[in-house]
Amino acid sequence: MTKGNIRILDGVDLVVEPGTFLALIGPSGAGKSTLLGLLAGLEAPDEGVVEKDGVPVTRPGHAAYMPQTDFLLPWRSVVANVSLGLEATGTSRRSARKQALAALERFGLEEFALVPPAALSGGMRSRVALLRTALLGRDTLLLDEPFGALDALTRRHLQGWLLGVAGDLDATIVLVTHDVDEALLLADRVVVLTRRPARVALDLPVDLPRPRAMEMETTREFARLKERLLEALGVSAP
Amino acid sequence: MKRTLPSRVFPAALLAVLVLAAWELLVWIFGVPVFLLPGPSAIAGAFWESRELLLRHAGPTAGEAVLGFLVAVVMGALSGILINRSTLAERSLYPWLVVSQTLPTVAIAPILVTWLGYGPLPKVLVVTLFCFFPITVATVDGLRATDPDLVRLMRSFGASRWRIFSMVEAPGALPFLFGGVRLAVTYCVIGAVVGEWVGSSEGLGFLMIQDKAQFEIPRLFAEISLLSIMGVSLFLLVALLQRIIAPWTLKRNPSL
Repeated sequence: MTKGNIRILDGVDLVVEPGTFLALIGPSGAGKSTLLGLLAGLEAPDEGVVEKDGVPVTRPGHAAYMPQTDFLLPWRSVVANVSLGLEATGTSRRSARKQALAALERFGLEEFALVPPAALSGGMRSRVALLRTALLGRDTLLLDEPFGALDALTRRHLQGWLLGVAGDLDATIVLVTHDVDEALLLADRVVVLTRRPARVALDLPVDLPRPRAMEMETTREFARLKERLLEALGVSAP
Repeated sequence: MKRTLPSRVFPAALLAVLVLAAWELLVWIFGVPVFLLPGPSAIAGAFWESRELLLRHAGPTAGEAVLGFLVAVVMGALSGILINRSTLAERSLYPWLVVSQTLPTVAIAPILVTWLGYGPLPKVLVVTLFCFFPITVATVDGLRATDPDLVRLMRSFGASRWRIFSMVEAPGALPFLFGGVRLAVTYCVIGAVVGEWVGSSEGLGFLMIQDKAQFEIPRLFAEISLLSIMGVSLFLLVALLQRIIAPWTLKRNPSL
């Protein structure tokens, strides 16, 4: 994949099994977001193919994609923001709003349904954006640093929350992150990309038991995996 | 801090009272003849005396102003969308719209009257010419301001071109559009009067020409005041509409 004559991705070969939670990490500007755009069908590769269930992905609409910015629309209430994706694909407003409200209720957020997004905290905005993505009910979730803008503590909460949402969905998830702990805590498999042009530096299965919990971060097993990731990233372990 | 209506209106009202009082006082002290500069009380008197005549002529002027303005809003928004949608339209149409704004509308008005007669049509057209350009520019800027990553998100949902426009681009352009509309609405009364000056048989512009010729200066001032009231009312109406249709556009701008 080349953008403005800069080669961004160079021979990234990945097969993701259905139902896998895959985390992509790599240095900034490594092309993680570009890869996600390719998977979403938002961009076409210059060389190679993106396939899903053996069928080439040629246009967007098959996966639920969540960008780095939450993009909650200020003219829509929380419930209407959650239903945006469904409405965008032609679901009737009534039915979309009903499903959105049900999703908010399931996660205990119904009291915010009619609030404008400007009134929400950063963590709450991320939750709403994540619900908007999840509500599409697609079998693939592509999350581009969904918690990158949050403070460490809120981020922790959201990671736990994502585990809950993901458990509900039974979808294949690709999460782009630059947080090694986040990747290990959430994913079944972590792929480390090199600097641009990106290749796969390490493909690491995470054999930590599920359900995962924050406490696992202090285990020896976790530390061992983390060390391997940091090594692949070119950062020496502390 | 919650600002109440009286506290917002009070400074402007106080200034108006002070200016009017000073005006009245100076006219009285220096004995300025009423055909040069009537005091506020003389103007108010003329207003009251000729209230039926004034209101009768205010109707057509307001009608032309509002109609021309509405045509301008529709035309301005449509041409803005077209320019945003099509590079060809942007390259071919936009420069000429800019050129059209450099032509003095006041000078075009007589030609329009020659072509279209003394009826309301040339006035409506003059109003539209006065008003549409700021709306076009605002629409173009507003649509251009859409975050490309938001469009990407909509595309990732699988949204059609139309849904991206109607759900994201158009509402996102509304703050800009209302900026242009608020600017344009202050021109529309001027446009109607200019149109009437050139040739008409009714309207406040027509009355102004008559009163100037007959040295009915207090009533001339009353007409100017009425036009100003009309303009301010239309502006407030637009602000109210904005508050109802697009309240989120006012969030960062609590003074409006």
